Amino acid sequence: MDKVVTWRRGGYSRRVNLSTWLRLAAALLLTVLVMLGSLSLGKVILSPLEVIRILFSTQDASLTLIVEQLRFPRIVLAALVGAALSVSGLILQSIIRNPLASPDLLGITSGASAAAVLYLSFLSATLGQQFLPLAAMLGAALATLAIYLLAWKQGTSPLRLVLIGVGVSAMLTAATTFILVFSPLTTTLSAYVWLTGSVYGASWPEPLALAGWLLGICPLLVLLARQVMVQQLDDNLAQGIGVRVQWLRAGLLLVSVALAGAAIAWGGAIAFVGLIAPHIAKRLVAPGFAGQAVMAALIGANLVMLADLVGRTLFLPLDLPAGIFVAVLGTPFFLYLLIKQRH
Amino acid sequence: MTSIASRGLTLSYQRQVIIDALDMQLPKGKISVLIGSNGCGKSTLLKSFARLLKPQQGSVILNGVDIQQKSTAAVARELAILPQTPTAPEGITVRQLVALGRYPYQSWMQQWSAEDEAMVNRALEQTSLQALADRPVDALSGGQRQRAWIAMTLAQDTGIVLLDEPTTFLDLAHQIEVLDLLRDLNRLENKTIIMVLHDLNLACRYADHMVAVHERTAFAQGRPEDVLTQALVKTVFDLNCRIIPDPFFGTPMCIPFGRELPQ
Repeated sequence: MDKVVTWRRGGYSRRVNLSTWLRLAAALLLTVLVMLGSLSLGKVILSPLEVIRILFSTQDASLTLIVEQLRFPRIVLAALVGAALSVSGLILQSIIRNPLASPDLLGITSGASAAAVLYLSFLSATLGQQFLPLAAMLGAALATLAIYLLAWKQGTSPLRLVLIGVGVSAMLTAATTFILVFSPLTTTLSAYVWLTGSVYGASWPEPLALAGWLLGICPLLVLLARQVMVQQLDDNLAQGIGVRVQWLRAGLLLVSVALAGAAIAWGGAIAFVGLIAPHIAKRLVAPGFAGQAVMAALIGANLVMLADLVGRTLFLPLDLPAGIFVAVLGTPFFLYLLIKQRH
Repeated sequence: MTSIASRGLTLSYQRQVIIDALDMQLPKGKISVLIGSNGCGKSTLLKSFARLLKPQQGSVILNGVDIQQKSTAAVARELAILPQTPTAPEGITVRQLVALGRYPYQSWMQQWSAEDEAMVNRALEQTSLQALADRPVDALSGGQRQRAWIAMTLAQDTGIVLLDEPTTFLDLAHQIEVLDLLRDLNRLENKTIIMVLHDLNLACRYADHMVAVHERTAFAQGRPEDVLTQALVKTVFDLNCRIIPDPFFGTPMCIPFGRELPQ
């Protein structure tokens, strides 16, 4: 059983689950190790000790270039993308009160995809690639706004949100395919890679921009953490204990779009992370949003980092998109947890 | 003394009027039971008492003040509501569920005060759930689960508790267990209990005050002995019956029958 202690100081009080903290610390350590391992592996294989030496010195210019400019930003981007998608999925599963909810199911991903493919096919030739993240993010935001407004009927309900989300998502996926068919061949491949989700060729400005955006969202998450659990009760019960249900739902939806939209903007439409990582996290720590969110972020980060590691090392000289391997890595681990818990 | 009253209360879904210009008063410190046929608007009425439904017209008066004038949090400190067949968040333990009842007293800074802890422990004790406190809610039996939900409303520390069919899906023994618990809370803690019940005999046994909801209004209200008559059961439920005094409790007992009386 989990060890829970109470912390009270003046006007501040919390229950602290020590077991959760311990597991989070272990997950953080694992994340650092995966990061170090990723920095070591590639066409040039280094030992972790060498990597650490390279990080703290500039003696060998070519190795420094490989580790600090080619591998590191890409690994950090993968970690941030995975973390953001995973927390977004965790929030959506709680708003919708359905374990199948994820940014992919609800139309957030397909909104971003339609906009990104439209941009890649017809605008990138004149405007260049730099506005691609903006287009994807706008697509995600517009799709979610449309879903929210269509679902409104004297307030929104989780069921209406998910049904309309699935419908809008299907339409946007059809639109994406339609655009792909009519797009010039030169951009079709890059559109496909984007749709699979890839952190290939990332340089420092990208993870730094995403990190800045995510840091901006963090205070909101900290403020809303207390409410996430209560709104998983029925609307009636939640309102009965004093929650302003509609405001909270709109606020949480906004946060999850901001997270997923940003992740997809820089990492492409990586599917499945937002679904599976929160489930893995929920099985590793006790219920409670704060602990689950941090665990989900770490699991999501590791999942995408490992998927990218597989994609860029296992099929050398090919460098395959990370999105291909997320499901391959995530599902067996999830099944293992499910089967282990059955006994 | 009145706990909840309604004045000219009209409730509707879309365009369909469910309750029409209802005036009623429910006594403070008593157990009031709403009865009526399926779909007569009992649950809707109960929801409006908890401000979950905005009246089309008229008002609900909670402890002397129009409930629409109060904030969601203020209402939550005066009354607790337990809807029919509520669902608990995945994997949550009994103690965590009961602790959610403290939400209206907490803030971002203050999330587990000494008072929160004391009230949660007391609620667990009152519902005899201490031994099960760290079990997941999903692992409980129906009766235990219903006690856990009631414990959550107790942790909310309100003078009034509303319950929508708290005995649904429970076997007879657990129905009695839940109703006895509610009566203890009324008698010992002076809580005002307002609930919807389907079983007329149990309703009569446990109610101090009874309201029969029919044709969008309170068709009859008062002591169960005065409310539950053969004529009322015929009108409200379209059911033939005999009413005799319960041999043990003396409260009205309804013996229903279909088309014909036995020889």
